[in-house]
Amino acid sequence: MKKKNILKDVIGGFYSLLVGMSITLKEFFRKPVTVHYPRESIKMSPRYRSHIIFTADEDGSSKCIACNLCVKACPTECIIVEGEKKEGEKKKSVTEYELDFTKCTLCGACVEVCPTDAIVFSKRYNLASTDKKDFSRIDLCKDLKERNQKK
Amino acid sequence: MEPVRLLLFLLGAATFVGLNAAYLVWVERKGAGRFQRRAGPTEVGYAGLLQPVADAIKLMSKQLIVPPGADRMLFRLAPVIMMPPAIMAFAILPFSDSLVAADLNVGLIALFAFSSFNVIAVMLAGWSSRNKYGIISAARVVSQNVAYEIPMMLVIVTMIMLTGTLNLTEIVNQQAGAFWNWNLFNFAANPLVPVTFIIFFICMLSETNRAPFDMAEAESELVAGAYTEYAGMGFGVFFMAEYANIVIGSAIAVILFLGGWHSPIGIFPGVVWFLVKLYLLIFVVIWVRWTFPRTQFYGLLNLSWKVLIPISLFTLLLSSVMIKLF
Repeated sequence: MKKKNILKDVIGGFYSLLVGMSITLKEFFRKPVTVHYPRESIKMSPRYRSHIIFTADEDGSSKCIACNLCVKACPTECIIVEGEKKEGEKKKSVTEYELDFTKCTLCGACVEVCPTDAIVFSKRYNLASTDKKDFSRIDLCKDLKERNQKK
Repeated sequence: MEPVRLLLFLLGAATFVGLNAAYLVWVERKGAGRFQRRAGPTEVGYAGLLQPVADAIKLMSKQLIVPPGADRMLFRLAPVIMMPPAIMAFAILPFSDSLVAADLNVGLIALFAFSSFNVIAVMLAGWSSRNKYGIISAARVVSQNVAYEIPMMLVIVTMIMLTGTLNLTEIVNQQAGAFWNWNLFNFAANPLVPVTFIIFFICMLSETNRAPFDMAEAESELVAGAYTEYAGMGFGVFFMAEYANIVIGSAIAVILFLGGWHSPIGIFPGVVWFLVKLYLLIFVVIWVRWTFPRTQFYGLLNLSWKVLIPISLFTLLLSSVMIKLF
C-alpha cells in the first residue's frame, strides 16, 4: 500500500477549495441570466410548435380550401373541417375548422400536407384556461377573425 | 446609572440581532442568487428590500403548533434557550473602544460559553419534537460539537498565549495601528497565525451549523432537521439566533485576528471599521456556503481529528516554544 503524504493532501485540498471559491466569486460578478418572465420573455425559437393556426391571405381571409387533406393526414383525428363553395369563386372556402388540441401530438403532418400553406404552427406557449373546451375545440376560423380585428 | 446603560445596551443588541437576522437573510438570498447567476428576491420592494418584512409578517401570523406526542415543555423551551445567549453575547462584544456594555476580564471565555449554548438548544429541539429527522439532527449536532470544539479551543488557547489576556478590549488594543499589527500578521510571535485563523474560521462555520457543515439541518436529507416541527416564530427564533451566532462568530474572528475596530491604514479607528470587517467576513461565510457542497459526518470528524487538531496542537506548541525562547 502506498503511503499517502498527509501534508501534501491537506495543502492540495485547501488549494482546491480556494480554486472553487475563486470560480464562484467570478460568477458572482457576472450578470444574472434570469429572465423576469411575466415582465420580459425570450423570443421563441423558430422551430417551436404550439397548436396550428391559419395563415391569412392579403385580404385577411384564410387560404384554406377545405380539401380535407389535413383531416386525412392527421394520425390522431383531431381536426374537423367544413367548407362551402361560394358563388363566383373557383375554389371552396373554409367555414369551420376545429382542432382538438388535447389529442394533437404536434406531429406536423397537417402542416406538411396542406397544398395552400393555410396552416402553420403558432408560437403560443402560455396557454392557460379553466375550461377544457378552450383546448379540445379550438376554432381556427374564429381565431383568425379575432386576429384580424386586433390589427 | 450602570443598570440603565446595560439595559439600553441589551435593547440595542436585541435590535441589532433582529435587524441583522432579517437583513442577513436578504443578503444571503441575494448572494446565493448572484453566485448562481440568478437575481434573488426582486418582487417585494426595491430589489426585494422589503422581503424580510414580508417574511416576518408571515412568520408572526402563523400558529404555534406543538406536535402531538412531543415533549411539550422541552419543545417550547428549546427556542427560549437558543435566543438569550446569542443576545447576551453582544453585551460582551466590543464594537469600539467605548461601545461595549460589559468589559469583562473573562470576555473571551464568556463569549464561548454563550455561543456553545446553541448546541443544547438544537439538541433539545430535535429530541423533544418526536420526529425522526429531529432525532437524527440532534444526534448529529452533538457529535459535530465534539469534532469542532477541540480544535477551536486549541486555537483560542494559542491566541490567549499570544495576547496574554482574556479581555476583548485589551486584545483589540494590542492590535492598534495599521494592519501589520493585527494578530493575523503577528508572525514574530508565531509564523503560523494565518493557519490558526483558517482553523478558527472552519470551526466557526461548524459551530454556526453553516454549510459545508450544516449536517444538522441538511435540507435535502432531514427536511429542516431539528426545526422540522417548529412553525411560525418558533422557527423564526431559531433562524434569528442562527444568524446572530454567525455575527458573533465573525465578530470573534475580527476581534481576535483582524484588529477589531482599528483601521487597517492606521487612521480613524472606530465602529465603522469593525462593521466593515464583520460584514466582509460574513460575506465570506455566505460565499463558502454557496460554493461547497455539504460534507458528510465522518468528513467533518476526519477533518477535525486528522487535520485540524494536529495542526492546531502544533501551532500551540510552536507558539509556546517561541514565547519561551524569545
